[in-house]
Amino acid sequence: MTKNITVPMDDNTKHELNAGDYVYLTGTIYTARDAAHKRMQESLDNGESLPIDIKDQIIYYMGPSPAREGKVIGSAGPTTAGRMDKYTPGLLDMGLGAMIGKGKRTQAVMDAIVRNKSVYFAAVGGAGALLSKSIIKSEVVAYDDLGTEAIRKLEVKDFPVIVVADSKGSCLYK
Amino acid sequence: MSNIREINVSEITEAVASMCIEVNHNLSEDMRCALDDAFNRESSELGKQILDQLKQNLVIAKEEMIPICQDTGMAVVFMEIGQEVHFTDGNLEDAINEGVRKGYVEGYLRKSVVDDPIIRNNTKDNIPAVIHYSIVPGDKVKITISPKGFGSENMSKVYMLKPADGIEGVKNAILSAVKDAGPNACPPMVIGVGIGGTFEKCALMSKHALTRKTGTHSDVPYIKELEEEMLEKINALEIGPAGLGGSVTALAVNIERYPTHIAGLPVAVNICCHVNRHIERII
Repeated sequence: MTKNITVPMDDNTKHELNAGDYVYLTGTIYTARDAAHKRMQESLDNGESLPIDIKDQIIYYMGPSPAREGKVIGSAGPTTAGRMDKYTPGLLDMGLGAMIGKGKRTQAVMDAIVRNKSVYFAAVGGAGALLSKSIIKSEVVAYDDLGTEAIRKLEVKDFPVIVVADSKGSCLYK
Repeated sequence: MSNIREINVSEITEAVASMCIEVNHNLSEDMRCALDDAFNRESSELGKQILDQLKQNLVIAKEEMIPICQDTGMAVVFMEIGQEVHFTDGNLEDAINEGVRKGYVEGYLRKSVVDDPIIRNNTKDNIPAVIHYSIVPGDKVKITISPKGFGSENMSKVYMLKPADGIEGVKNAILSAVKDAGPNACPPMVIGVGIGGTFEKCALMSKHALTRKTGTHSDVPYIKELEEEMLEKINALEIGPAGLGGSVTALAVNIERYPTHIAGLPVAVNICCHVNRHIERII
């Protein structure tokens, strides 16, 4: 089923998403990948707050290539989500709304998705030039020193994703 | 001494820089054809939709000079150097790295290299490259560059099989690596395989096999048959485009082989995504 939704999304919207749905996202999402997750975890371990409020937000596992002059962003496709699995259940339990990435997750992540009524979307890996066209604004909001791995706030318009794992426990990957 | 050909290393730097930019924006014709062919063969509707996105992605990348994939890779450089060549005006390795640095910085390519596998500070210029040298007859230099993304690199494997495992063992090893890779390696994949040699030799062959023109086969008859059989078996896994099911899981299986030890049967499976970037230039 094809759906157009505004993000961040409420619990009802999430509940109505089913594995296999083709969804166009419009609104705000944040990027974070390996190094940003590691740093966020270190902050939490030290009892500090995170640099962004992740409550109900979507994290896109992505590190873009640099933007050319006059462009919003460079190539901007998903990276493999599994490398973030160590950190994800904790973030979901803190209220993270959903994730966009590609590839398999651990059972611990799948359980946390169901427990928190979250959603895991996949964007098509290796289609970074095409996906960049759906990003209309990009701003580094934390960890600027990490370069491509900094946390970015993105405004997206009709950003194409597929629901891989839904809040009811269904998963599209075999 | 009259046979010696002098090449200024700055010529290598310039070639490497322009090759890094070209290869990250413009997928080679053989890979483009393989994707077109995959689109025509794919039976799943979602699979076809994904392959269509990948085709559109290639057009946008080329026309608008946006890298095909944001993971513009760690640069793997194969240097085949004619033994009559003498490099002048600098250190060859420095010249190659300078070319990679220049290409990645000036070409708006992503800087994905960290200085140490544990300390992990980004070098911010994507160097050093991984460089493999071989000395060959003649007075030419052949440069092959293959930027390697790590979504698929991470799913690659080396198996030290026993001679008794034979060709069935090799087949199982390849299938097992591809099954484990699944959606993580951005299918449809290209599979590079090295059989024989030593631990590192088979890994190197599997990497080199990925630079082969997609759609061509080994000159060794039984290896060619193995390539065809494995491609069929991999596609029968129905992992499909983006790992969401479908009839096209791999675009090619490229195998290289080498003599080995009486006690061993090393097999390396280097997995590459559908953005199998490779470019050659002869100087």
